[in-house]
Parts: sequence; structure tokens; C-alpha cells
Amino acid sequence: MAKNDAGVRRLVIEEDMTIYTAKAQKELLLNALGDSEELDLDLSQVGEMDTAGFQLLLLIKREAGKAGKKVCLSAHSKAVTEMLDLYNMAAFFGDPMVIPAEKHTSRR
Amino acid sequence: MDAIQQAFVVESQELLQQMEDNLLQMEEGQGDPDTINAIFRAVHTIKGSAGVIECTFVVGFAHVLENVLDKMRAGEIQPSTGLVELLLACTDHLRTLVGCVEGEATPDEETAKASHDLRQKLQGFLGVPPVTAGKTMPTEAESEVQASGGGMMETDNWHISLRFGRDVLRKGMDPASFIRYLMELGEIINLTTLPDALPDASEMDPESCYLGFEISYKSDADKARIESVFDFVRDDCIVHIWPPHSRLADFIAAIEQLPEDTMRLGEILVKCGALTPKELELALSAQLAASASVLEASGNEAQASPAAHPRLGEVLVNQGAVAPEVVEAAAVKQVKVAEKKSLEARLIRVQAEKLDQLIDLVGELVIAGASANLLAQRSGEEALVEATSVMSRLVEEIRNSALQLRMVQIGETFQRFQRVVRDTSKELGKEIDLVISGGEAELDKSVVEKIGDPLMHLVRNAIDHGIELPEVRVASGKPPRGTLKFNAYHESNSIVIEIIDDGAGLNKEKIIRKARERGIISESQTLGDSEIYALIFEPGFSTAEKVTNLSGRGVGLDVVKRNITALRGNVEVESQLGQGSTFRIRLPLTLAIIDGFLVGVGKSTYVIPLDSVVECLELTAEDRAIAGRNNYINLRGEVLPFLRLRDQFEIADPGGKRENIVVVEYAGQKVGLVVDELRGEFQTVIKPLSSIFRNIKGIGGSTILGTGEVALILDVQSLVTFVSSQQFRRDKTELVRV
Repeated sequence: MAKNDAGVRRLVIEEDMTIYTAKAQKELLLNALGDSEELDLDLSQVGEMDTAGFQLLLLIKREAGKAGKKVCLSAHSKAVTEMLDLYNMAAFFGDPMVIPAEKHTSRR
Repeated sequence: MDAIQQAFVVESQELLQQMEDNLLQMEEGQGDPDTINAIFRAVHTIKGSAGVIECTFVVGFAHVLENVLDKMRAGEIQPSTGLVELLLACTDHLRTLVGCVEGEATPDEETAKASHDLRQKLQGFLGVPPVTAGKTMPTEAESEVQASGGGMMETDNWHISLRFGRDVLRKGMDPASFIRYLMELGEIINLTTLPDALPDASEMDPESCYLGFEISYKSDADKARIESVFDFVRDDCIVHIWPPHSRLADFIAAIEQLPEDTMRLGEILVKCGALTPKELELALSAQLAASASVLEASGNEAQASPAAHPRLGEVLVNQGAVAPEVVEAAAVKQVKVAEKKSLEARLIRVQAEKLDQLIDLVGELVIAGASANLLAQRSGEEALVEATSVMSRLVEEIRNSALQLRMVQIGETFQRFQRVVRDTSKELGKEIDLVISGGEAELDKSVVEKIGDPLMHLVRNAIDHGIELPEVRVASGKPPRGTLKFNAYHESNSIVIEIIDDGAGLNKEKIIRKARERGIISESQTLGDSEIYALIFEPGFSTAEKVTNLSGRGVGLDVVKRNITALRGNVEVESQLGQGSTFRIRLPLTLAIIDGFLVGVGKSTYVIPLDSVVECLELTAEDRAIAGRNNYINLRGEVLPFLRLRDQFEIADPGGKRENIVVVEYAGQKVGLVVDELRGEFQTVIKPLSSIFRNIKGIGGSTILGTGEVALILDVQSLVTFVSSQQFRRDKTELVRV
């Protein structure tokens, strides 16, 4: 976790984003958003994501919009990419996603 | 693999076993409704649990299977040999799939193909649902058709509206898995996620689900099938499914019931292609107007696409056909829950490790108890001695019940072979009945797990080589149907498992010829019956004239023997040419704790498993004189070969003048072990010896005495075998000398 001068805060989610972790992560994300202008979420460590985790991303993105702040998702792990693809929400977040070199598992 | 998955695997394996048993019963013409119901419920439960752990490949397959079984239940499909065969194949396939879950792997291509093939075959039985118009179509719907004419949606895709309930996630279901499952049945053309219901951050409960979805979907499946995807969330989810070219009026009426603003929803639906902008316009005007004008509006719409008219009837039949199935599924679910509850009351699932730990602790308790006992006796305080003796009795009871926990009946293992016998005999064109007796004999779970493979070998061997083809049997005056018998019983701390066939029996001459060819025995060697039969357990030995699919590749019986020996057991054969063979496996009941008999040689202490001890007697000077260097005595007219442990273990200490013989028996053979001292009975926890000692003959393990000393546990089996082989050798050399 680091904060640079421009108020951009980078937060690495270091565990899965599932219903089991959702409660704690909601606090974590909201707090992180609270004391920064721009939040950059590093999702590379998210090994598993379910709908609860996905909802949190939706929530934080929307909260940021309300407060005139910005949330970027970066370094999507495979689990995150799959979830966003499944729910057809990649465009909603609007962050560049790195498509893995092997077969990209997009929806048919 | 987490706990839920593990529970799923265990439960499914049990259910599959039941299912297989039921199918076999059905094949024998006992296909009463209860049996079919039981099979159906098994598949239904597996499907349900697989849904919970999001194992889509199991759900998908089980679903089709369930459909066929459902039709069978309803009497629409009659069980036939071909169908039972297919269902058995499906059972096997499900087992493979569950195996994938266990191995935490996704099915490979081959499995996926098998899945597909079996599904196709099942679909064949399902056929096309009969369109019996008058019967399934509710009259009410019919009148509706006439009234509304039929404004239809222009798209030829299905449309699915989903609003998940708040508690879905908490109940362990994930909307994502339902969508993935949908993707298996067809193609998602477009999916829009509706996050509108997500409340403000302060009110949002991260464990609730707030999402809704609009899905444009292309699939050949019928409505019931698509609907069944959502069986598990039916109570917690608003699901609307519109077939291609649905009636617009229905669609709009339903949209109005959804929580979102109609305007917003309309836009989404246009975006995902469910509605054309023109249709949306109609919908919006419908919202304003009374229901009468809806009909009018849709009437206009009907003119726009008159070609779609004929499909309406079809759609309604589909809709009409849904309801009874839904009701039934709910009923089945209730029954299932009730059944499960009663089962849970009778059985508790415990992790094997926990049991092992308990046994370990009990083992330590036994040792500690023995130590306390010893100290009490030394102290000479009567009250203390009494207290410790009560305690030892209790410890013994605890030990017994702890071991009992691990005991399982062998019957279940036997039952599993019904299928093997059926399949292999069919494959070989033989007729074989499997008769099981003694299934209630119990033995340690760890032993049961390891005995499956050797039994399988022996069964296949008996079917392939033992029992003859029907014609051959009739020709030799036997009934055409062969019998394979499983029997089990307890015999002095061992369990004996017999596999008896009434087939051709072993041909001694052929065995000897083969053994000589292979150089296993020399030309001049003459052997007794049991030794000849024992040759078939030699590596690389097979008498089969031709190599078949089942056995005869020369791998097998030697492996059987090795596996059984590794369990401290043995296997022997009895045979009568033309009458059949009996394979007899003898195994220890448990691998952990034994009652031991302590003996002393010099300063060392040894433990002989008590159950193998027959009697103890003194080796008198007289006996010694007669025995001389021959090492056998006359025990009430019987020759009793004996072995001096002092010589065997090379103990230097010369020992006292008195010597005792402990007579031990293994597999019907008696041998005397000569020791200095008899020290009495002792409960013993077997501690395995480390692998450096593996090659020491005659030692089975070690244990710790109450005094803290280490005592070695004698391996009676190997000692008896050693003595009798020496005896045999000596007999022969003496014969030669004569």
C-alpha cells in the first residue's frame, strides 16, 4: 500500500474476493477510498472472485463516482477477468484489461 | 479440496453405489416404483449438491439423466435391458466425473466426449416431447390465445429476466454459476447486469445479493429445461423466461412486475436485443393505457409480423407442460430433506484422521496404564493395586470401543462385486451367480480399503479362468450357471475371506509344466498339493492359454499375494480339478493394537500376539535330550517343530536352566517357540519399525513396556513359515539320505 503525492493511492487486494471476505473488504475499500482522491486497485492477487466480490467492485466504483473520485482496476487476475467477462461489465469499469496470451476465454 | 467438496464426493460415491445396486435389482426384474424412485432421488441429490459446489459438469450431466429417470418414474419410459445398460454406464460416468472433483481436475477431452455421447443416448430415450395439444394445454390459456390474437416479439432468441434475492449468496449459491450453467445449455447472445438495486454504501450488506440480469439467449432446449437451471433458486429469485417469439403482452406485463423503472428496463431490453425499439414504444404506451389497450396494441403488432403466428401453440404447450414437473421437483426436494435428516440422526461422519488420532491416544493410554499398573504392584499397596486394576479394565474397554469405531462390515465391499461379476460374465458369455455370505463380519477400515484390489483380481481370475462357458459346464455335467461365492468369517483374531467358484479348478500338471518352463521350479523337484497351488502366486506365472481382456497377462496373482502380505495376511488356494477352487485370504482384524503375550529371552523381552498362542509348556530336559539337534518334540503324538528364539535372534546371554515352549499357530500350522521366561499377557500398541529394520525376519513391530523398555513384537506368520520350510528341507535331505 503506497500513496504518492498526487493523492493516488494504490491498494493491493491480497486475498480472494468472495462472500467470506466481503465484509472486511467492504470496510477496507471504503476506507481506502475515503482518504484518497484516486484509488488504484491492484487485483493481481485475487485468486477467486464470486458475485459478492464483484458487487464490491460495483459499489466502490459507484461510490467513487458519487464523491467525484476515481477508482481504477488494474492487473486483473484471471478470476477477475472471467467474472467481468461473464457479467459483461468490463466496459462499465472501463479499465484496460490485459488479455492473456493464451486463448482468451471470452463469452461465445 | 475444501470440506464441502469432500462431503460432496463422499456422499455422491455412496449414492452412486446405491444407485448401482438398485439398477442391478431392476435388471433382475425387481423394478418396482420404489427402486426407480430411489435411483431418481440419488441422481437428484447428486445434481443438487453439485450445484452447491458449482460443479457444472456434474450438474449438466446429472440433469439429463434425471430427466430420463423422471420419465421412467412417470411410466412414460419402460425399463429395458438396453436402458438399464445405459443407466449403468451413466452411473460409471458420474463416478468418473465425481472422481474429477475429487482430483480437483476438470474432465479431460475423453471424459467430455463420453459425457456428450451418453447425453445423446439419453436424449434418444427422451425423444421429442409429445405434443398432445388438448391434454396438456390448460383451457384458460386457450381462451387467452383467442382473445389476444398474438403480438409477438420479433427476436428469435429466448429472453431471460433474473432478479436474485438478497439471501442467495448467503445460502451458498452464486448467480455466476447459474449463468455458467446456462452457457452449457446454449449460447448467451447478450447479458446485461443490472446493478440498480445496489443500495448506498452504508446500507449495503456485502453478503447480500443485489443483482439482476437480462439475458438474450439462444438454445435448442425447451422451456422446462432452461427453467430447471434455476431450480435451486426458485424460491429466492424472480425468474422470467420467454421463448422466442413470445407474446409481447405477456412480456410487458411481466416487465411491469420487476422492481426497476420500466423506462430504464425498456432501454436495457432494447440494448440486449430482446425488444426492438418499436416494441418498446408499444410497451411504454401499454404502461399508460388500460389492459384493454394492451390487447389492441399487441394486435397491431401482430400485423407487423404475421408470419410468426403458428409458433404460438407450441409455446403454450411448453408453458403448460412446465407446471407439473415443477411441483414434483419441489415434492422430491422435501422428501429428500426428510430422509437426510433421519440418516443424519443415525450416522455421524467423522474424519478418518480424527479417529486415527483417537486410536493413537488410546494406544498411549494403554502404555501409560500398563506402567501405572506395574508401579502399583511394586508398591504393594492394595488400594492402589485395586484402583489401577479397575483402571486397566476401563482402558481395555475404551480400547475395544475405539477400535470398534474403525470396524466396518465386509458386506459392502462384497456387494460392490455384483456389478463386476455381472459385467465381466456378460463380456465373456458366461452365466454366473454371485452368492454372498458372512457379510456382517467386521474388520478395520484401513484393511477394507486395501483389500478391494486383491479381491478384484481374484474375482476376475475366477470368472475368467475358473468358471467355464455354459456349454462346457453342461458337457461336464454341471448346471449351466456357475456360482461364485464370497464368504467371510472370523478365526482367532483374523478375518478369513473366501472366494469360491464351482469352475474347472486348478490343473496341477499344467501348473507344474508351466513352472518348469518358466524355471520357477527345477525338473527334479517334487511338491505337495498346496505347494503346487502356491506356485500360481509366483511373479510372471499364468496358465491361461490365451490372454484375455480380463486376466492372463501374467500380472495379477503375484500382486495379489504381495498386497495381502503387506497387510500381514496370507492367501492360499484349495482346488479340486473339475469341481472348483477356493481362494482363502486371511487378514488381521486391525493393524493398530493387539493383545500380546510377553516372553523373556535372556535380558530381552518379546511380544507374541496372544491370539496366535495355543498353549505353553515346559521344555523338559528329557524332551531336550530326545530332540537333540533335530529341533522337534513329540507333543501328544504330534510332531512339533520348534525354534529357539535365542538362536534366531543371536542372543549371547546363555540364560537359565529352564526353558519353555510357547506353541503358536498360524494358518493351521503349529510351531513351538523356545523362550526362557513366560511373563504373561500384555496389551500392546504396535509401533511400526522404521524401514532399516524391514529386512529382519520374524519381527513385526515394536512396543513400549510399562517400564519404558522396548520390546519387539514377533511376526508369527513369518516365523511359522520359516520353521516349516526348514522342516521341509530337512525332511527331504533325510529322505535323500535314506
